[in-house]
Amino acid sequence: MRKARRILLQALLLPALALVPLRLLAAVWNRAAFEARDLATALREAGVGEPARSEDIVIRAPEIAENGAQVPVEIQSRLVGTELIQLFVERNPQPLAASFRFLGGTEAFISTRIKMGETSELRVVVTAAGRTWFNSREVKVTIGGCGV
Amino acid sequence: MAEPIRIRIKLDGDLADVRVLIGHPMETGLRKDSKTGEMIPLHFIQTVTVTLNDRPVLEMQCNQAVARNPYLQFRVRGASAGDELAVNWADSRGESNGIKAKVPAGS
Repeated sequence: MRKARRILLQALLLPALALVPLRLLAAVWNRAAFEARDLATALREAGVGEPARSEDIVIRAPEIAENGAQVPVEIQSRLVGTELIQLFVERNPQPLAASFRFLGGTEAFISTRIKMGETSELRVVVTAAGRTWFNSREVKVTIGGCGV
Repeated sequence: MAEPIRIRIKLDGDLADVRVLIGHPMETGLRKDSKTGEMIPLHFIQTVTVTLNDRPVLEMQCNQAVARNPYLQFRVRGASAGDELAVNWADSRGESNGIKAKVPAGS
């Protein structure tokens, strides 16, 4: 009787326990990745391996940004099952700028504005159905936006 | 010291198009105060969480590379008029703020 109850309790608790760390991980700021000062470290700390390029990741940004303090960037992923979009500005002092986790059917689309210190590649890494992909696009910056 | 957040939601079918403007200096730590000549310390939003009727729909993490007064546009599926959309942020000093808004009727 007791054993049966214990098994029943375990059966009830296990799925709950499995869910907890995931939720916690999603909520905790990824300090190591966001403070990394070179692209290789930032990519590694953000959990990015060696993704293949995909044109299904669409990056809309100006070819030339006159003001690096306010650079509009729009990202759309057409990859099925997109869970996570991570945006790296390769030549910024800290290359990882932002990450977006899409939950509950939110469209894999984001539009925001970032700071760029100088002309750089924008590298977007997408995690979709457990695999990672990337695409990139250069933005030329006339006046850098890190000291503003 | 919480600055205002502005939000605009447009509903098309079950798709809510959301635009948010968060008042925040997003200091890089590389800027001098023009009056005192002192460096202004690093101070930036780290996380932004969006929920629809208390269900998480978008989790953003970022650093000082996001522009001052962060702007975000995103599209949430499965929304209906009257649903409650909440946006909450927390920053590198432990400060936080949020806004709640009702999804309006579709056009």
